[in-house]
Amino acid sequence: MSAKTADKIATAVIVGVAAFIVLVLAGLLGFILYRGVGHISFHFLTSAPETIRKGGGIGPQLFNSVFLLVLTMIITIPIGLGAGIYMSEYAPANKITSGIRLIVEVLSSVPSIVVGLFGLLVIVNLFGFGFSLFSGALALTVFNLPLMVRITEQGLKGVPREQKEASLALGLSKWKTITSVMLPIAMPVILTGTILAAGRVFGEAAALLFTAGMSSPRLDFTNWNPLSPFSPLNPFRPAETLAVHIWKINSEGLAPDAAQIAAGASAVLVITVLVFNFAARWLGRYMYRKFTAIK
Amino acid sequence: MAQSLERQKAKPHIAEEWVGKVYTLLCIAFLITTIVSIVYFVASKGLSTFFVNHVSLTNLVTGLKWSPDGQPPVFGALPFIFGSFSTSILAAVIAAPLSFCAAVFMIEIAPKFGRRYLQPVIELLAGIPSVVYGFVGLSVIVPFFRDVFPGQGVGIAAGALVLSVMILPTITTIATDALAALPKGLKEGSYALGSTRWQTIYRIVLPTTLPALMTGIVLGIARAFGEALAVQMVIGNAPHIPHSLFESASTLTSAITLSMGNTAMGSVANNALWSLALILMFMTFVFVFIVRWLEGRKKL
Repeated sequence: MSAKTADKIATAVIVGVAAFIVLVLAGLLGFILYRGVGHISFHFLTSAPETIRKGGGIGPQLFNSVFLLVLTMIITIPIGLGAGIYMSEYAPANKITSGIRLIVEVLSSVPSIVVGLFGLLVIVNLFGFGFSLFSGALALTVFNLPLMVRITEQGLKGVPREQKEASLALGLSKWKTITSVMLPIAMPVILTGTILAAGRVFGEAAALLFTAGMSSPRLDFTNWNPLSPFSPLNPFRPAETLAVHIWKINSEGLAPDAAQIAAGASAVLVITVLVFNFAARWLGRYMYRKFTAIK
Repeated sequence: MAQSLERQKAKPHIAEEWVGKVYTLLCIAFLITTIVSIVYFVASKGLSTFFVNHVSLTNLVTGLKWSPDGQPPVFGALPFIFGSFSTSILAAVIAAPLSFCAAVFMIEIAPKFGRRYLQPVIELLAGIPSVVYGFVGLSVIVPFFRDVFPGQGVGIAAGALVLSVMILPTITTIATDALAALPKGLKEGSYALGSTRWQTIYRIVLPTTLPALMTGIVLGIARAFGEALAVQMVIGNAPHIPHSLFESASTLTSAITLSMGNTAMGSVANNALWSLALILMFMTFVFVFIVRWLEGRKKL
């Protein structure tokens, strides 16, 4: 075989594989949406699930997922930003810092189920928060922090050195330089990354099985007192999220329309993740354009 | 007088600086405390199987029978360990060539089209939640295997196939970065000598980026190893070493997911599950160190 023929065959194979990957994603999305979208209705999105009868919805689960996402991000963002700023600006270049870097790397690759087990042992049992949204949010914080640190570091590394030095030369303190000069410049990167991290939180289930619990109490959506055990706003109640719900009905669903509910819920989950993705992309591009005045 | 004024002005600056330093230090301290306590708690629970319940380590790692309710209870985790390794390695075997092709396509063959269409597709694949992968696996791959091959359709093949799609983005992203970082001179030199594109890829690009590609593959295996729900949904969950790829099997994660809720804290059966979690965590460390080692080689 001549070199040219080999080249042509190889190119064809590589292009074929690339097309195949695009097809797999298209098939995947197509399948989920095709199977699920038909089942999505206002009733499906707002009503409570049924255990045995047909026609259950995913209202509480959807609410729990959103609430948990907000709670997690409220805890994760300040800590992740702080730790990221430390790693990129304050950490001296020595052995301890590279040790910390290794620790962050290890934490980011700990399987989410192990994080969930740790949450069960320490947050749920030892600290006594029980199966609750708050426990779930803490477990997801652990799971998400390394990502947040990496995103912040990446954003700050992208800030032009001259800008940082100009600010320091004008007599601003280091902290002031970071918060009012560097963070705004790094914002597009950080924000894009944060939205993608949020998408990950929304779909995470393994870490939540043993922390946020696999059941949801009957929620009373007219009760907005955060201290009442039946109020949706109470962060100390058990909460099954959408992703956990999909897993549960797939493995032990008793309702006759369990397959449709799983399909519908998967479609909702995937659509949400798609929205997060596109929002991140769009926002990143928009902010980049706005800050750099490039059209 | 002038000096004291200056000092007063400087004070808020210094205070501000301290606030920043202490705050970021606290954040990083929280992170370190977390990982240390994860290791400590999982290890103390996982090791108590051996020290409190006196199950022998060799029995746990090499035993073939897992029956926590038996008389006496037997804890042989080899089927789970085997399941975890075989699914994740098989997944990497499927995903690695695909990822390499995708990376080559994006960097060498059609950079514009690749960046515009293939990259977002890969990123989307990374963003799809694992339960959704599990659901699709359960409703597409498992019935397909059931029709085509003997058996129930669940098993290592189904698990590996689902995992391969899940780790494809991890490997592709790292391979793409590695190919993009390759010095231009290398490729141009090869082209100038009259090589075709494939010869350049095969003889120049592949060998030079091999450590980075290996890093990607190890990270992919690590991710597959720790994945719980998607695998649990399609693998069948029988605690045996299967005779074929299409027979029900189990992994470390699926065993933990299924049984953790049904055992009482502190019982032998529960501690044995923590030992499985400890094995998972230990393997995570091993993967991280392999990656570190590979990255060290890359610099040479």
